[in-house]
Amino acid sequence: MSVGNSEEHPPRTAGTPGDDLVVAGVSKRYGGVPALSDVSVTIEAGKVHALVGENGAGKSTLGKIISGVIQPDEGILTLGGRPLVLRSPREALAHGIVTIAQELAIVPGLTVAENVYLGSEVATAGFVRRRELRRRFRELAGRVGFDLSADVIAGNLSTADQQKVEIMRALSRNASIVVMDEPSAALSSQETAALHEIIRSLSRQGTAVVLISHFLSEVLSLSDRITILRDGHLIRTVEAAGATEESLIEGMLGRSLSAAFPEKALGEPDAPVVLEVDHLRAPGVADCSFALRRGEILGIAGLVGAGRSELARAIFRDAKVSAGTVRLGGVELAGHSPHRSIHRGLVLIPESRKEMGLLMGRSVRENISLSRLDLVSRLGWIAARRERRAVSQLMQKTTVKAASMALPATMLSGGNQQKLLFARSVMCSPSVLIADEPTRGVDVGSKRAIYDLLREMAEDGMGIIVISSELEEVLGLAHRVLVMRHGRISAELTGENMSQQAVLAAAFAETAPPKETR
Amino acid sequence: MNNQIAEHQDRLEEADTAPAGFRVGTARLLRSWRTAGILIPFLILFAVLSITSQPFLHTSNLINILDQQAATLCIAAAGTLVLVAGGIDLSVGATYGLSTVVAGEIAAHHSPALAIAAAVLVGLTVGLINGLIVTVFRINPLITTLAMSFVIGGAAVKVTSGNLIVLSANSGFYKFANAQFLTVPSAVWMTILFVVVLGLLLSRTTFGRYIVASGGNAEAARLAGVRVNLIKVVAFTLSGGAAGLGGVIDISRLLSAQAGSGGNALAFTVLAGIVVGGTSIAGGEGSVWRTGIGVLFIALIGNGFNLLGVDPLYQQIVLGVILLLAVGLDAWARQRRR
Repeated sequence: MSVGNSEEHPPRTAGTPGDDLVVAGVSKRYGGVPALSDVSVTIEAGKVHALVGENGAGKSTLGKIISGVIQPDEGILTLGGRPLVLRSPREALAHGIVTIAQELAIVPGLTVAENVYLGSEVATAGFVRRRELRRRFRELAGRVGFDLSADVIAGNLSTADQQKVEIMRALSRNASIVVMDEPSAALSSQETAALHEIIRSLSRQGTAVVLISHFLSEVLSLSDRITILRDGHLIRTVEAAGATEESLIEGMLGRSLSAAFPEKALGEPDAPVVLEVDHLRAPGVADCSFALRRGEILGIAGLVGAGRSELARAIFRDAKVSAGTVRLGGVELAGHSPHRSIHRGLVLIPESRKEMGLLMGRSVRENISLSRLDLVSRLGWIAARRERRAVSQLMQKTTVKAASMALPATMLSGGNQQKLLFARSVMCSPSVLIADEPTRGVDVGSKRAIYDLLREMAEDGMGIIVISSELEEVLGLAHRVLVMRHGRISAELTGENMSQQAVLAAAFAETAPPKETR
Repeated sequence: MNNQIAEHQDRLEEADTAPAGFRVGTARLLRSWRTAGILIPFLILFAVLSITSQPFLHTSNLINILDQQAATLCIAAAGTLVLVAGGIDLSVGATYGLSTVVAGEIAAHHSPALAIAAAVLVGLTVGLINGLIVTVFRINPLITTLAMSFVIGGAAVKVTSGNLIVLSANSGFYKFANAQFLTVPSAVWMTILFVVVLGLLLSRTTFGRYIVASGGNAEAARLAGVRVNLIKVVAFTLSGGAAGLGGVIDISRLLSAQAGSGGNALAFTVLAGIVVGGTSIAGGEGSVWRTGIGVLFIALIGNGFNLLGVDPLYQQIVLGVILLLAVGLDAWARQRRR
């Protein structure tokens, strides 16, 4: 299984060359269920090695094993031929293995330089030697080629710059292997480009990068080698030069992509309009207008930070709207409370189910019935049996799999947690549903179930807005797609025009504007 | 089948490092601690005191304990709602003090009913103000209620001009808390009624669910259509009202009041009772009946130490240790679940 490699020691151009990291026959089980089975990979020094696969394929597990967060049940790691036992991220760090996690670990109140040297400050008798710190920082920044000011408060930086801070911290500790888990997930396009440049320069300097990413184009353009995982098994490791997106997807899914989406029902072009957004302005939203019809699924695409979620919150009346109107079934939605919106028939499934959606410690039952307790209570007194009956019906309809409705939400899988939010929404029987990233962090099987659910709800007569960063998802589900850029709707795509190219062109409209509709 | 495995893995990946079996096990343990938790040590202590101390099990002693704890129980019951809703109310001691002196001043010259109504109303008002400051101005509840306790304490001194108020035992006001029914004083009956009502409010009503949701995840609750601010204001108002009620009950029982009675000691005793009862200081979880047990547990320690003639010094040390254990267990359970 291990990747054969003809050049045992390729010439290094700059920096200190590290050693190859070999992962041999590694398995990891969680509570009896294999997350990783007999996986062998060689991470070559100075190369970018990508791990791809669907959620649950085991790529994060592998990344965590390499960075010492978890320990394998079987198999060994060797670094430069010597066995390597990593019991903690700290030990990994001692061997030059650094992780840059999705959630950045900077201290927002400290300066850039202080963050970079956090935990390894140059100090005399407990007092930090600021000048020395700054000198070292400048030296490092020059070496990596970042133009970051040492004295800026890190919390004021953009996400990409904060990521640079983390990368510099990694380099300041002489990292020879950097593990990046979904590094561009939270970045804008320019920031992503900057990150890519950083990754390339890291590998030029002899640092190996383990890149875990969902974005196949990113993987293809950056990596030297790509390892495909599926259901915890190694499918194959390929040279990036010989791979295409199609071949990677085929390897990840074990089937072609088209089967992943339910067939689209034909949208009725003259169905009544259920939602009308007129010249809406709110923080992050500049003058958006569109209409949504009964039974229609409207996709909203765009880069992260383009104002999609902000638009959703503005429509839902959960943001300060400075101008414009939202009409629900022809009646203006005034005031500013989600409570009112929900009782008028507008429901939002927020983008982050843990932070904004669920009461993680509370039961499935309480999570589902929360929005419409009035339906299962009289004069404020909850009718326990009525609630249980309603909840069990909703669980069936939305295919929530849970051993019991008394189980707390934490005990459910990501997919089932997401379905709880759908069950809650169905209980509200809204005329309009806004689903923001409805399948984020959800495995393939649940994804399909959620797509089916969305389609079913549309067929029942709801108007549905789906916001998603996954282009395939928006294109595969929606009858019509709006593309957002800088808080505006930069394009409306229907029928034949709905293609990945058209969406991307509109999302990056500076380069090639498609037909402007508004 | 494949999907199921994938789904399982998805969840496991999110679960980070803890194996699933362990997590399920701890969750059960946690649940049983939360439901039975304080009841077991309470029953053990009760049994031990029954065996070791002759006078303990006497009806008069037990009723006496309840009578003494009436105000604390009422205030702690309402305080549970505040804590579960994600707040904290440190002003209850001062509000209790203000309530006693307001009731005392009025009862000395006017009808008992007016005194009772005025005292409860004072409490409700303080609670309402607390709630509004916390929600409208978004000031940390700890600081808000701490600051308010100084304001209220000052107001209480103003009401009495610094004097001790003493009422006559012949007045109708005395009967409010001391009328006997089935050999149990009315203060105890009122307390039982109040605690039961608040307990049902938290566990069986939509309002209770909203309180739990607001404290568990305010953002999620708001997006799910819960009027979080309204819920919090009501919880604080109830807490203030309970402090008012507790104040009237006590001045009616004791017939004397002084500005500064209650104070911070009461606020902390109440908080201790709630926390020992297993209600999470982080909000989103808790129950009123367990708060009741928690308060009585602390009372039993005091009573038992008195009956057994142990130095009161140890009473405080034991209470502190128990409090730390309760909070530590809660923190441990939360960390495990994350």
